[in-house]
Amino acid sequence: MHNLMYLLLRRMRAPLIVVILAYAVSTLGLVLIPGMDDQGNPWRMDFFHAFYFVSFMGSTIGFGEIPYPFTDAQRLWTTIAMYTTVLAWLYAIGAMFTLIQDRAFRNLVSYSGFTRSVRGIREPFYLVCGLGDAGRLLVRELAARGIRSVVIELNQGKLDALQLEDLSIYVPGMCADASTAASLTAAGLKSPYCAAVIAITDSDHINLTIAITSKLLSPELQVICRAETHDAQANMASFGTDSIVNPYDTFADRFAMMFQSPSMYLVYEWLTSIRDAPLRDFVAPPKGKWVLCGFGRFGKAVQKSLSFEGIRTVIIESDIAGTLAPEGTIEGRGTEAITLYEADIDNAVGIIAGTDDDSNNLSIIITALDLNKDLFTVARQNRSRNDAVFAAANIDLVMQPGTITGRRIVNQITNPLLTNFLRLARQQNDEWANILVSRVVGILDDRPPESWTLVVGHSQTSAIIEATAKGCPISLGMICTDPRDLTECLPCVPLLLKRQHDDFLVPANDTIMQPGDQLLFCGRKGAETHMRWSANDFNALNFICSGVDRPSGSLWRWLSKHEPGNKMA
Amino acid sequence: MNLEKVFFAFFIVLSLTLNFGFFVGELDNPDHHNVYELFAALVVSLIATVMKFGDRAHIGAVLLATSLVADLQLIAAVIVWGIFVYAIDTGLTPMVMASIVSLSGGALLANIISVVILVTETVMFRR
Repeated sequence: MHNLMYLLLRRMRAPLIVVILAYAVSTLGLVLIPGMDDQGNPWRMDFFHAFYFVSFMGSTIGFGEIPYPFTDAQRLWTTIAMYTTVLAWLYAIGAMFTLIQDRAFRNLVSYSGFTRSVRGIREPFYLVCGLGDAGRLLVRELAARGIRSVVIELNQGKLDALQLEDLSIYVPGMCADASTAASLTAAGLKSPYCAAVIAITDSDHINLTIAITSKLLSPELQVICRAETHDAQANMASFGTDSIVNPYDTFADRFAMMFQSPSMYLVYEWLTSIRDAPLRDFVAPPKGKWVLCGFGRFGKAVQKSLSFEGIRTVIIESDIAGTLAPEGTIEGRGTEAITLYEADIDNAVGIIAGTDDDSNNLSIIITALDLNKDLFTVARQNRSRNDAVFAAANIDLVMQPGTITGRRIVNQITNPLLTNFLRLARQQNDEWANILVSRVVGILDDRPPESWTLVVGHSQTSAIIEATAKGCPISLGMICTDPRDLTECLPCVPLLLKRQHDDFLVPANDTIMQPGDQLLFCGRKGAETHMRWSANDFNALNFICSGVDRPSGSLWRWLSKHEPGNKMA
Repeated sequence: MNLEKVFFAFFIVLSLTLNFGFFVGELDNPDHHNVYELFAALVVSLIATVMKFGDRAHIGAVLLATSLVADLQLIAAVIVWGIFVYAIDTGLTPMVMASIVSLSGGALLANIISVVILVTETVMFRR
């Protein structure tokens, strides 16, 4: 703001001096030139009248020759003064408009507006660098959960698109190179409210620069990075980047899980899906020979996971030398039938279109289905603007790097326990996953489950703390009871209990809750509200514990004090 | 030689001298105080103020402040003159003249401070 005022004042110096001089000379001239009053006596204008006259003349209002009609000498001077003052005003106003239109000035205006709104944030916020598919998803999801974020993006068009989106929270955005320390600092890197820096631009190198700059300028700050190559991943990890998301590895891992344990895949898919997304019917991919088109970062990750699961892949790649494709790779793009025949598409069970070109990927899928309509199709979709085409192509599994990155980071931020749970769940066997899936399916309608975290403490579960202090321990089963109907259970499943440094998977209903416990639940939409009600409302919790509706007023409590069966009162 | 400094010094000193010229004389005697001198002092003082617009240096900011004070005092003097002579029609009585001149005296003080700061700055940056 200060900069802005200084720039404005400095640029207005010359125009203002011109205006002052024009007024001074015109006024002085009118005072000096002899005039005549209505009786024909000599009369001279004084400064007051002269200034009054020049004021309305200069602003082209023109009340006329006041107080007495002018002499010819006065008219001559007025003619000159008229042009001088009007031109001086035009010059001054023109200079001001030029300044306002000036690109540098407008940049400064938007920059100072941005820094002001970042400084005005008085709650934790996330600094998102890069507004690609992942960035947009992340900002949208954070805003939907009431979490503030600040965006740096190089492309003004993407920022404009974000402003047009109907977000419930204002997200300040700056058009700048996120890899410079100055823009990161302006976006609140050093602010005590900055919760984490999230580097999800398209370029690994820029993400790396952002991570290292943030780690050097605020070592305590959490840094979450997107990396597409293992090289960059290792580099980021070397200086303590807190979390690195590789969308290709994440997808390949999930894809392998589909073969290994479909139930486990479902658990992952449900818990990490974005709110209100429709629950998709799961189709297990067939085991057999797969054709993989494109051996880039995506292809390599998928091929590695598939070979780990013992599934044979035939690779089609146009640049065999550049991608270091293994022996037996078929040269070509995979968009032509002849290449696909060469890869023996007739006997394959599935095709993976994993090039970095969306049109080619669609072409591969359609050509392959023409040749063998029973194929299981997997396609990589690089740009979210192609959503409609990929949906129309009826592909079994679509991989969007941006969505995968965005979803992972959203989960990590909003639900840190989920990451723990998924890590522990991965070590369990298929049978465990089957039991969990059947439990979760039992409580669901047609939407995926929501997941939430309950922290046992004064802020979130004051009723539990109060009851525990009064010697009435609360078990997990009680909190999962429907506070409106004691015979019913809330449609939710406890997934994880974190007690100090230990994690307990799927805790039993008779587990007694202790202050400091963190619990992860998943369940039907709405179950969270009822659970939070009974965790916070002492009367509701007491009703669950004892089946007695506890009197809430002091008088009634005193009256009913001696009644049996009301030990909490 | 910095032309901007020359101009500013010129205007700030001219503003002081003009103001001084208006101020000297018997306090309440209208014959001793020329209206043209007051007009010139105000115009020059306004220009000196505008010339310090956008100066980010500390001394520049202080100079802006002192010349703003001078402007304010002079504008007040001019308004008092205008009100008593034209609006209320009391004319330039000794009482009115005394208040106009004492207002310009305040402006004179501000001008002196400006010049002192200017001289100090000049001495400090002598190379």
